[in-house]
This record gives sequence, C-alpha cells and structure tokens, in this order.
Amino acid sequence: MADAAIHGHDHEDNRGFFTRWFMSTNHKDIGILYLFVSALVGFIAVLFTVFMRLELMHPGVQYMCLEGFYLFTTPETCTPNGHLWNVLITYHGVLMMFFVVIPALFGGFGNYFMPLQIGAPDMAFPRMNNLSFWMYVAGVSLGVASLFSPGGNDQLGSGVGWVLYPPLSTLEGGMSMDLAIFAVHVSGASSILGAINMITTFLNMRAPGMTLFKVPLFSWSIFVTAWLILLSLPVLAGAITMLLTDRNFGTTFFDPAGGGDPILYQHILWFFGHPEVYIVILPGFGLISHVFATFSRKPVFGYLPMVWAIIAIGAIGFVVWAHHMYTVGMSLSQQSYFMLATMVIAVPTGVKIFSWIATMWGGSVEFKAPMLFAFGFLILFTIGGVTGIVLSQAGVDRAYHDTYYVVAHFHYTMSMGAAFTIFAGVYFYIGKMSGRQYPEFWAKVHFWMFFIGVNLTFFPQHFLGRQGMPRRYIDYPEAFAYWNYISSWGALLSFASFILFFGIVWYTLRAGAKITENNYWNEYADTLEWTLPSPPPEHTFEILPKREDWDKGHAH
Amino acid sequence: MAHEKNHDYHILEPSAWPLLGALAGFTLLFGAVLYFHDVTPWVMVAGFLFTFYVMWGWWSDVVKESNVGDHTPVVQIGLRYGMVLFIISEVMFFSAWFWTFFKHALYPMGPESPLVDGQWPPAGIETFDPWHLPLINTLILLCSGMAATWAHHAIAHENNREDMKWGLIIAVVLGVFFTILQAYEYSHAGFGFAGNIYGASFFMATGFHGFHVIIGTIFLLVCLLRLQAGHFTQESHVGFEAAAWYWHFVDVVWLFLFASIYIWGA
Repeated sequence: MADAAIHGHDHEDNRGFFTRWFMSTNHKDIGILYLFVSALVGFIAVLFTVFMRLELMHPGVQYMCLEGFYLFTTPETCTPNGHLWNVLITYHGVLMMFFVVIPALFGGFGNYFMPLQIGAPDMAFPRMNNLSFWMYVAGVSLGVASLFSPGGNDQLGSGVGWVLYPPLSTLEGGMSMDLAIFAVHVSGASSILGAINMITTFLNMRAPGMTLFKVPLFSWSIFVTAWLILLSLPVLAGAITMLLTDRNFGTTFFDPAGGGDPILYQHILWFFGHPEVYIVILPGFGLISHVFATFSRKPVFGYLPMVWAIIAIGAIGFVVWAHHMYTVGMSLSQQSYFMLATMVIAVPTGVKIFSWIATMWGGSVEFKAPMLFAFGFLILFTIGGVTGIVLSQAGVDRAYHDTYYVVAHFHYTMSMGAAFTIFAGVYFYIGKMSGRQYPEFWAKVHFWMFFIGVNLTFFPQHFLGRQGMPRRYIDYPEAFAYWNYISSWGALLSFASFILFFGIVWYTLRAGAKITENNYWNEYADTLEWTLPSPPPEHTFEILPKREDWDKGHAH
Repeated sequence: MAHEKNHDYHILEPSAWPLLGALAGFTLLFGAVLYFHDVTPWVMVAGFLFTFYVMWGWWSDVVKESNVGDHTPVVQIGLRYGMVLFIISEVMFFSAWFWTFFKHALYPMGPESPLVDGQWPPAGIETFDPWHLPLINTLILLCSGMAATWAHHAIAHENNREDMKWGLIIAVVLGVFFTILQAYEYSHAGFGFAGNIYGASFFMATGFHGFHVIIGTIFLLVCLLRLQAGHFTQESHVGFEAAAWYWHFVDVVWLFLFASIYIWGA
C-alpha cells in the first residue's frame, strides 16, 4: 500500500473487526469489551431479580411453579418450585459479585482509564490483558452452562446461594455445581491476571515525574483494588477446590463425618468475601472523587488522606471477615475483636465521605448526570454504611442475621453504591470513549427513576428485616405483605430505568451529539485522559506526557 | 510525530493466543466436569492438549520478541514485577491449604464436635517418619535450589554459561528425583485421600506442592534449552530469573510443609 505511511499519520485504524475486538492487545478496546459484556451479564442478573420480586409481590407462590413459569396468567394449581427460586438467588449473587461489578469497574474503567491517567502507552502486559478478558468470558460461559445443566432436586441449575456453603454445595447433585465452581475459578484467575497487570502498570509505567502521591485518585483506587484481588482470590480458589474434591473425590474437608468442618469453609470464603466487597466498591470511590471535583469546580478535598483512606480500607478489609458469621458459635472474644475491627473501617470511610462533602463545600456545584449519580451514591452509601455499623454489633446481629435487614444493607452499599458509581462513570466518560455525548435530559430521567426505584425497593426491606422476615425464601406470611408489595414495585421501576439506560447508551452511540473538544467538562477534570481527543486514537501517549500536562498547581 | 513509538515500553501486535487460551481453558474445565460425572474423559484430554498448544505458541512468541530486543530494561523490570506478583498470589493459594491443615490439627473435631476434644493425627492414622524420606527430600530440594542459585551467579556475575549449564542440569535432575521420591512416598502412605481429614489435608497440601515442583522443573528445563540456544546473556536473562525465583518459592513452601505437616503435625 503506497499510502500506508500517510494512513499512519492520520491515526487511521487499519485493523479488521475480528482483529480489533477478538485479538486485541489494546487497553482501551479491552476496557470497552469489558463494559459491554458486563452490561449484558448485568442485564441477565437483573432479570432474575425482577422475576424474584414479582414472585414476592404477594404472599403465596404465583409464578414459580413446578408446573412451569406463569408470568401473566395464574394457573389452576401451583406447586411451589423452591429449587427454581434458589437457583435464581444463587446466580443473581454469583453473576453480580464475580461477573458484573468487578469486570465493569476494575476491568472496564480500570483498563481504559488507569493507563491514561498515569500517562502509560498501554498496560504492562497487553496480551495477558486480553487473556483476562477472554477468561472472564469463559467464566461467564461456564456459569451459563451451569445454569442449564442438571443440578439438585432433579432440576436444572444449583440452588445453594452465592457463598456456596457446604453441606448444601457438597450435596447438591449433578454437574451444575461443579460447573459453577469452575466458573468462579476461571473468573478468579482472570481477575488475578488483571491485578498483576494493573499493579505492574501502576508501578512501572507512570509518566516521568509522576511520583506515587501525584497519581490521580481513580488510579490509586485501582492499584489498591488490584492488591486486594491478588491477595484474596487465590485463597477463595483454595476453598472452592476443596469443595470440588469433597464433591468428586471423597475428601472430607467440610464433612464432620470424616473429621472435617463446614465452618472452616465459611472462614476461608469470607477471608476472600470481605475484601471482595471492597474490591467491588473501591474503584467506584476513586471514580466518584473525580466526578465531585469536576462538577464542584474545585480540586478534590484532602488528596493525601483520601489516598491513605483507600489503603486503610483495603488493609483493614482483610481482618474483619468473621463479622459475616457471628452466629456460627465463635467465642465471645473472637466476636468482640471482629466487631471492633469492623467498626474501625468506618473511620477511613468517614474520611472519604466527609472529604467528598468538603469538595463540594463552597464549590460551584453543577448537577449534570454524573454528578447526580455521584451525589446519589453519597447519600445511599452513607445509609448503607450506617446500617453496616448496626450490623457490625455481634449482639444486634443475633436479631438481624439472615434477615431482609442484611439484604437491604448490602444492596445499599453494592447495588446502589457500586451501581451508582458505574452509572456516574458511564455518563462521565461516555463522551471520551465514544466521541458522542449522552442526552442530558434522559440521563436525568434515568437517575430519578433509578434513585426512586432502588430506594422503594430496598428501604422497606429494612422494615421487613426488623419485623423478622428471613432472606432467601420464596414465600412469606401475610404479615409481611405490605412492604413486600411496595418493594416489588420499586424493583419494576428500577428495571424500567435500566431499560431506559440501555436506550440512552444506544442513542448516544448512534446519534449522540458529536464531541470536538478534548475536555468537554471543565478545567477541574484535569487528569491526563482529558488532554486526549475524544475518542482517543488507537495508540495514546506515544510521546510520553510532559509534567505540565498533568501536574496542576490547584490539585494540591 | 505521533504514531511512532517514542518510548521503551512494549506495544504488542494483536494476538490470537488469549482468545485461544480462554477457549482451551473452557474446554479443559468443561471436560473435567464431564470426566467427574463419568461421561467421557476425552474432552478434558483435548482441553489439556489445547492448553499446552497455546502455552507453547504464546511463550514461543515471547521468546521471539525477547530475541529481537523488545524487552528493553524497563520492560524487563515490568516482567520481574509480574513474576513476583504471581508468586505472591501463589503464596496466598498455599495459605488456604495451611489454613485447612492448622485448623484441623489445632482444633480437631471431636466425637461431640464442635468441642475441641479430638486428637491429631486422628486415631488410626499412621503418619510418615519425617526423618527418613521427607528429610532426604528436603535436602534434595535445598541442593537443587543451591544449584539454581549457582547457575544464576554464573550468568549474572561471571558470564559463565558452562557453569550455568551444569547448575541447571543439577537443579533439574534433583527436581526430578524429588518428584520420584515423593511418588514413592505417596505409594506407601498408610492413609488415603478420601474419607479422612488427615489424608485430605496432607495430600492436598503436599500434592499441590508436588504439582508446583513439576512445573518448576519444567521451567528450569526450558531455561536449560534456551541457554543452549543462546538466549541468555549477562544482561538479559529474565526468563531464567523468573524460573529461579519460582524454584526458591517452591523450596520455601516445602520447608514450611516439612516443618508443620511432617514434623510438628506428626
């Protein structure tokens, strides 16, 4: 091709579709792949909840019958299909924890923006980066295969809860459970490779002069998250490998009949599981900090304490795991320790919450869609955090354990905390990633529908929990009907907002207003990604950025 | 001008290996489930072969890139970081087995479980005498680690490839010895993997260690072949360094296994 050189200077992308999206070694393309796949998986996981909330709308079992699903008609007779219910609960949890939030925040935004923020031309291991993505897809595929394979109760799928506690998980029949275990193995391996990649990139590829405490907060949050993944996921791999051998090779790690101990599994699972909840939320913390600074037209308040708070949350997150299992019969001193350690986490978290508020204080606050979501996050995450303090008390937990209060608590932190940060990130960055801007009005409608919807869904669940309604049941007595009815309407509203969100993204990518500026917000969006065209060219920072590009005086 | 690389980092061409690797992993694990449930072992075997093929192809590409000079000093630092982080994740993987072992050894389930009045090792379990074969194996592995260090010293400080070759040969041969003796020990175990907690903890911990010994031996063997092919210089031998670090990690895990499971736990 005679004009190949000219093409080169035009930044024209000569890669074919398959080469670009299936053989990628480009952190931006891989980030986009992560975002799309996690949105798809998220949609499936949300569909499950809508079906579950529909079932819980009224006392009695109306839809999940052994005779079949009945969505719009009521059958003559309905034998409740508890297995189906358990399967939906299990896959909702597994998908959300392993295949939606981490891939979206860590895989998607982390891949796309962490290298850009630190001025790196790509990730440290670009090819391994793509292995992380495709192993994530392989994990999703194993999960879907598990859903449609013979499982317990001579039906399809496994109904054991996302924590996969033995003896439920060791006794569940069929291939389904083994496939689910392998799905978690593969997603874990994918995340570990991703974490190795992120840490190496962060340590080895920062722009000249960018010392550790000049790195933007989002990149810091990805770095700390990567450490949590690196240290906690291998331990989970060990635990579920023992499940696998207990199921298939006759070992008795978790079977008291052979000298094993099912509580051991809970300990190892939560040694991973508690860092996991910070893996889910920390990247959101980082992202939100930039949104607050941009839309308050002020540099983020207390950069250094914000960094140390992320590190502290990550570190303390490793030593509080047994607060998930106060009722298993631990000694009082163990319970006291885990209670105190848990409460300590509120300190660095409080540092962050108050720093975000202080960022807005006296600022010129502008409620564009990303800021609305960030603001919503602040309110909802604080509510979730406060109920977390309530639940951290071992004594109080006796009453709340495994009730809807817990469900409300962790959905306030994750379904509203993490999900709001994802939406904030999408609206904040979609223009940068696609070169087209989202429609502001509809994004605001999306926010209000989602905000009202999730609050309607989950706030009443606090009341249900206080009334003593247990989690994970397909049915409930008449006494719980009122708040369940309201909660279900909230779920339907949230679902509608989710559909609207897909519509907005579709519209933006097809027909959104073209963006011409590099920085379409304001000068307080001052990290390096805003010095690049929207969308950025295939290869960025082929000439490494200069210090004056990113070292803004007002940032410190 | 732009579109010309102006830095020392490694920007890679698109590659099919990650996609194929994930496909291979899926085949392997799906096949493993079919094998567990007595459907067919062949999908798993195909997955294994597919995985090996991808490893071979992928790492061949890495070696080629190294030979044409893509691994600049800063890229080498990155590769070292990567290997250290991988080893850290492996340490955490082993912590699960140690956790299991210590839990059951310190708080064995008693007849009235969960009271802690059980005994360890459990009644009827005859453990290995740590001062026979396990001690010999410890010495073998330590000598092997020393040989690997000698090889490293030879290349890094003396640029002496002949010594490095012999260091690697000794390390690999001793590694193979270790595996053979471990297999011999397993075949004389007075307890099985299934049905009792001692055997489960023992075989899981030492078994995964043995698996890592085999990987490390292959890693060192590959380094020996690459040395003979002239891939390593005094300045550039990251692949061998990674193998040596991995080998020392395997060594250290063994020392902990030997001290806690073989000596203390018996």
